[in-house]
Amino acid sequence: MSDVEIRDVGTRNLDTHGDVIHGVGIGRATTVGPVLRMPEPVADPVDKPSTLRPEQELSRASEALLVTAAQLRSRGEVAGGTAAEVLAALAMMAEDPALAADVRHRTEDGATAEYAIHAAMTTFREMLAALGGYLGERAADLDDVARRAIAHLQGLPNPGVPKSATPFVLVARDLAPADTATLDLDFVLALVTTDGGPTSHTAILAREKGITAVVGAAEAASLVDGEIVLVDAENGTVERDPAQERIDLALQRTATLEAIRAQSSGPGRLADGHAVPLLANIGSIDSAREAAARGAEGVGLFRTEVLFLGADKAPSVEEQAATYREVFEQFPGQKVVVRVLDAGADKPLAFLTDAGEENPALGRRGLRALAAHEHVLRDQLTALAIAAADSDALVQVMAPMVSTPAEARYFRDLAHELGIAVAGVMVEVPSCAILADHVALNADFMSVGTNDLTQYTLAADRLLGTVAGFQNPWNPAVLRLIAAVGTAGAEHDVPVGICGEAAADPLLAVVLIGLGATSLSMSSSAIAEVRAELAQHTLDDARTLAALAVSAESAEAAHQAVLDATTIRP
Amino acid sequence: MAERTLAVASAHGLHARPAALFVKAVTDSGCAVELVKGERTINAASILGVVSLGIEHDDEVILRVQGEEADAVLESLAAFLEKDHDA
Repeated sequence: MSDVEIRDVGTRNLDTHGDVIHGVGIGRATTVGPVLRMPEPVADPVDKPSTLRPEQELSRASEALLVTAAQLRSRGEVAGGTAAEVLAALAMMAEDPALAADVRHRTEDGATAEYAIHAAMTTFREMLAALGGYLGERAADLDDVARRAIAHLQGLPNPGVPKSATPFVLVARDLAPADTATLDLDFVLALVTTDGGPTSHTAILAREKGITAVVGAAEAASLVDGEIVLVDAENGTVERDPAQERIDLALQRTATLEAIRAQSSGPGRLADGHAVPLLANIGSIDSAREAAARGAEGVGLFRTEVLFLGADKAPSVEEQAATYREVFEQFPGQKVVVRVLDAGADKPLAFLTDAGEENPALGRRGLRALAAHEHVLRDQLTALAIAAADSDALVQVMAPMVSTPAEARYFRDLAHELGIAVAGVMVEVPSCAILADHVALNADFMSVGTNDLTQYTLAADRLLGTVAGFQNPWNPAVLRLIAAVGTAGAEHDVPVGICGEAAADPLLAVVLIGLGATSLSMSSSAIAEVRAELAQHTLDDARTLAALAVSAESAEAAHQAVLDATTIRP
Repeated sequence: MAERTLAVASAHGLHARPAALFVKAVTDSGCAVELVKGERTINAASILGVVSLGIEHDDEVILRVQGEEADAVLESLAAFLEKDHDA
């Protein structure tokens, strides 16, 4: 049994010729294709009296839960791996006898099957959420189970990504990690979302896989299935019913881009020969292999949380060392910068994160959480030192969420004590950038995490769609902080890397070099384009562009000023 | 009916993965199994029920088994709970 709808993506004629929808583009490519909408989330059912007999409602509810469990299992079998385990656990929840008993009581009291399932799930969800930690995270899964069962009862399409026999432009509110687990990328021409910003799950997926995307395009809500759209990531636009000459131009530009990518190879350097190592951001052994294949000159950010997510306690030193060794093997003779566990906020870990923080982004996360559980940090550094000793990679470590020079010193001293010679800090908190001259004295290198630095500078939650407009690393306030880090790095001869999504924006990458960055780390899919862009500017050019950007009034003005100052390529 | 009082050995209590494994063992046994912690009694075939007890390491629980070969089932389920699945 399959829970995906095969829908025919026919074409339609609407009187929307040339209408343009604006959003935030990811990457620079342009794609044309028919729209396929992701079904809207099922609305919560209301408590209205049933017109059926209680036993009829009960049998409707039982059947819906049974079908849902079967669908989840079969979806898990298709996906395999971790997704299979997660989906099997969801199926277990759909079949739960305590849930069934609760649903039965509610139908006996006259509730509809839809409402009985919704209300019973809500009760359990609140119970799980109250327990916090890992179980709290699973609470949202119950909603997913309930929505599937309710969609089945109402004959609505299943929540989740639709399938089509022909390629399509997927239009959605935002994609959840669960949606992306089973997304068949071969059929996705482009992604367009109405919610979410440049750091949403959709944007990260698009960058990783090199898919054309425009996110946060609120007006895309009016797009309908089958409509032809031109998705232009460079300009952040979605054009409805585009004219043929627009399509031709777009295809031509895409061909030029591909030619630039194909020609660019070798280490990153500016037009004057100034070397800019292009490193990759990775989170797993798969992405490590991908990065090595795409010509990354090493790793600028190895996110280690992924190895721990879902675990109720830290893996042992031996288990960790084995995983790290596998990653290091991909980069003999090259730099691999490992970020120690960054738990908290959007990625809580049961054994590190305090439950019930009211404001977790400002809570005990990152190095703060590790310092409070120092044995976890010691184990991780020990495992890294063991794996590094066995490998030819040049292993360095860095600490997340450092906000004071004292924290930088604490981390560097501990890493040195445990046998790792090069230990730096991530600059994500404005205080760390402002005091960069003091931080530089206490760190072997600094690496700017532009996503969090932007979120904290603008005081705008990077995961919240309503404030996504603030999450723009072109913001001159953010660029001035990066300039302070660049200046401190040059003064004290401490390397300054960039490892946020900003480094993946080719033009912004040039500006960052002008601000004093000495290496760039990004999703490996972005390396080719960044390499090609860097090769067209000298260090003096980059400094001139940086000066234009930092003196602008807004992110948009900074971007425009730099666009205007660079020659337009065909 | 077979019954036993025991302390849960898993370092992180009966959460997530150990809970799912335990519920699977209960379901596979074909017996009616109850788990009691404090004043709450739940059907041990319910993952939602089991996790809702919020069982921590070393918590005392009562295991009750009814059905065919209840004693043998109690034995194996008790052994499961008395083993540290986080180790």
